[in-house]
Amino acid sequence: MYPYYESDWSVLPPEANRRTNMNASEHGFNPAFNMATIKQVVNEAIERVRMPTPMRLRDLIRQIRAARTAAEERSVVNKECAYIRSTFREEDSVWRCRNIAKLLYIHMLGYPAHFGQLECLKLIASSRFTDKRIGYLGAMLLLDERQDVHLLITNCLKNDLNSTTQFVVGLALCTLGAIASPEMARDLAAEVERLMKSPNAYIRKKAALCAYRIIKRVPELMEIFLPATRSMLSEKNHGVLITGVTLITEMCENSPDTLNHFKKIVPNLVRILKNLILAGYSPEHDVSGVSDPFLQVKILKLLRILGINDADTSEAMNDILAQVATNTETSKNVGNTILYETVLSIMDIKSEGGLRVLAVNILGRFLLNNDKNIRYVALNTLLRTVHVDTSAVQRHRSTILECLKDPDVSIRRRAMELSFALVNSQNIRSMIKDLLTFLEKADPEFKAPCSSSIVLAAERFAPNKRWHLDTLLKVLVAAGNYVRDDVIASTIQLISESTSQQGYMAMQLYKALSEDLQNRQPLTQVGVWAIGEYGDLLLQASPEEDYDFKSPSEEQVIDIYQRLLWSPQNTSTTKQYALMSLTKLSTRFTNTTNKIQQIISSFCSSLHIELQQRGVEFTQLFGKYGHLRPALLERMPPMEVIRQTDENVHTNGDIDGLESQSQENSPQHIPSESNALLDLLGGSEELDIIKPQSEPSKATTISNTNNQDLLDLLGLGPLNDGPPVSNDTNNMGLILENNNANFLPVINNQNSNFLTDDLFTSGPVETQTKSIPPLTAFEKDGLKIIFSFDGVQENNTVTINVTASNNSLFPMSNFLFQAAVPKTFQIQMLSPSDTAISPNGVVTQVLKITNPGHNILKMRIRISYAVDGNPILEQTEVNNFPNELWE
Amino acid sequence: MMQFMLLFSRQGKLRLQKWYVAHPDKLKKKITRELITTILARKPKMCSFLEWRDLKIVYKRYASLYFCCAIEQDDNELLTLEVIHRYVELLDKYFGSVCELDIIFNFEKAYFILDELMLGGEIQETSKKNVLKAIAAQDLLQEEETPQGFFDDHGLG
Repeated sequence: MYPYYESDWSVLPPEANRRTNMNASEHGFNPAFNMATIKQVVNEAIERVRMPTPMRLRDLIRQIRAARTAAEERSVVNKECAYIRSTFREEDSVWRCRNIAKLLYIHMLGYPAHFGQLECLKLIASSRFTDKRIGYLGAMLLLDERQDVHLLITNCLKNDLNSTTQFVVGLALCTLGAIASPEMARDLAAEVERLMKSPNAYIRKKAALCAYRIIKRVPELMEIFLPATRSMLSEKNHGVLITGVTLITEMCENSPDTLNHFKKIVPNLVRILKNLILAGYSPEHDVSGVSDPFLQVKILKLLRILGINDADTSEAMNDILAQVATNTETSKNVGNTILYETVLSIMDIKSEGGLRVLAVNILGRFLLNNDKNIRYVALNTLLRTVHVDTSAVQRHRSTILECLKDPDVSIRRRAMELSFALVNSQNIRSMIKDLLTFLEKADPEFKAPCSSSIVLAAERFAPNKRWHLDTLLKVLVAAGNYVRDDVIASTIQLISESTSQQGYMAMQLYKALSEDLQNRQPLTQVGVWAIGEYGDLLLQASPEEDYDFKSPSEEQVIDIYQRLLWSPQNTSTTKQYALMSLTKLSTRFTNTTNKIQQIISSFCSSLHIELQQRGVEFTQLFGKYGHLRPALLERMPPMEVIRQTDENVHTNGDIDGLESQSQENSPQHIPSESNALLDLLGGSEELDIIKPQSEPSKATTISNTNNQDLLDLLGLGPLNDGPPVSNDTNNMGLILENNNANFLPVINNQNSNFLTDDLFTSGPVETQTKSIPPLTAFEKDGLKIIFSFDGVQENNTVTINVTASNNSLFPMSNFLFQAAVPKTFQIQMLSPSDTAISPNGVVTQVLKITNPGHNILKMRIRISYAVDGNPILEQTEVNNFPNELWE
Repeated sequence: MMQFMLLFSRQGKLRLQKWYVAHPDKLKKKITRELITTILARKPKMCSFLEWRDLKIVYKRYASLYFCCAIEQDDNELLTLEVIHRYVELLDKYFGSVCELDIIFNFEKAYFILDELMLGGEIQETSKKNVLKAIAAQDLLQEEETPQGFFDDHGLG
């Protein structure tokens, strides 16, 4: 039947088997020898005669390993799979366990093995331990909680959870812990709870972890485990202790009520921890001189969760944390593991000042550690804590900058982020110097974020204009083509704004342009823009600025343009910049106009449509409309930007939502509002450049919500207030073109604001906003929901602007905000602005609540969203609505 | 909580996979492939951690085998290194100076040992002795019910 196995058949003839059979029964050595086994053996022998022995597991592995090519391996596997399938059809129970084991090996090699799922269930239902052991292993590997065979396995698990053999119960618990689906969790929770009270520690610890997984899947089931959990901390057995602590941690993270409930166990935890660090050497739990680091870490983590935002509880654990921090042996990874966890706890709870200094110093010591893992962890943790205690972290600045040179890319990335978090007005010169050196040598992936961060930092802390401009120039040189477009825009804006530095910048950029520019398109663009605007200043550049520099002649400058425009390496955008700039130079330069005209007219036949258009249009300016040229190409007035002052923004990455909300009427509001107007006029592009550059801070975003309603009403989409990226270069082109068409390039901000006010009378609403402070309704896992109020309107209706912001690193999808109010109120919810929140993004929604009876408003809110496919559901009640809402 | 653990060789061959979260088979394969390539491409000088999607990956090489674990953001990565080391110690004790071949040919035992050390992605036993005792007792159960001598290749073979 199976030619492949016939060889195996001949190796083990039935007679040989029969002989061994007889020998064994004669000697009677076998302890498991009784009537049942005789029967079983006889049955099996009969089946054996009927069927050839399947290949052994180890033989199969050997054969697969012996395959020299992938095709050969495939053929071995396919043959074996075909055989295994056929045995499954024939209900061969003797060898099922062996066949499944083989299938599991084949599965690991990446071949499909789903046809073994049902067979695993049959194995689990078998009475033999070997069958069960392999069956459960197969179930864990082949099934996951999405399979529909779950109903079947639930029954098997229920049986085995009641078994008298502890190891069978153990196997069932282990499987349940690995593949529990919500339905399984519901069905078996009661069994698990019973096993948590088992006298057998082996079962108790497994049941505790099972309960942990059940709660993770179905949080509502937590209640039934509470009583059994409490007693777990009085155990001696470390297995039970650690699983108990894990379970309690999960429960506390699950509900604030349980968290409060478990606050009273802090003394127990402290005692256990104290015993661990003070007790002498215990060989069973020792890991290079540290007593049970696994348990210590779990307890430290639980203490952290219990101590957050609770001064009293924190007080109770200060001593033990200090003890752990000072008594732990740190020559090995184990010790540092515990110190790391201790530092995290110290930073998160309301610990004493001295303890915090100790924690930062531990991290400082970590930074000097030879072990790169520990350095990485230290940088990571410092990054998390830097806003809590900046000055303490500042002391380790030089070590952190040193890490920028680390051979490990992850360490470099962390060091870079941390360095930017540490930049302030005192250290900006030296920090940026180091960061520029880093930028020069950095991997491509670092260049874009690093250059943008340098620009941001320079914008906030620049000591003077000259330094700021020099820094931007250095960024453009060092980061080359990796510079993001926002850097180009902000550099141009800054040059245009700093009237006294324009000649200097034109000179510096001319110097840069004379060098090789192949991979520096952004620099070239900024360069030609500046020379085009300030070409006359370039020619008169005074030598006092720079002794090495000799002012170029007009011809030299034009030569550079010629080279740029003909070089195939430059992008068409760069060439567009260059053409525009060259046209401008025709009014700045006196005796090269003909040459310029010649170059421009040669583009009348360019194959690139944008360039051709410019060529044709600009040529007109040299012919029929020559008289318009000087007026059209006049120097652009300084582009002004209303920049957020330092106090408004943040002191290093930490923005207080409430604070920024109160800024509603501050100048930063204006650009976005005038933007709305411009949107209407269809000319918003200009302001993208004049807008505060690339400050995606919450301040701007939040203040926009008011406008959004307005825009919604007018049928316009939400404002695009992200940093102006990618199409900025095109905007530049537009400006230039508009300029050409006699368009006033810069609209006075104040003017437009006045217009907006006039048109939409948004003024009164804003005065209302000011009087009622916004309210943080919910904040967890990076999701923050803020209510801001527009005040009472007619019919006792209050409008609540709900702003949900995502401060985590992950996008949130399927975001749904629901609210319920008591019956005396009427609630109306408008549709949200989006159902997904990207990191740092916001979603807004408007609630209208009518309160005819002037009652005190209570609201229950439910938020559901998914992070990376995992659904998250949160509920909370908002009771602290300001009283003045209906007054 | 640990989300999964992978063991693979320097040649990129998967030797063991333990998933504590439910993913479709296809996704598991994709994750495995992606991580194996990423980790094998890393230089020995680099640290043992990497950020991957929203997880932290902790890996360590022992001889020709890589042990790789995915943990969540608030888990302690240094402790995960200790967990890996504990697992290696257990394998070593069980097999007697373990090598890759032991794990290939006795992969089911390697799973059994892991299941006594961890459950549902969390540590369940911190005493090496207890883990090995439980494994030995279960091996004995298996041996007892396999009629020795009747067929010498009775069990898994």
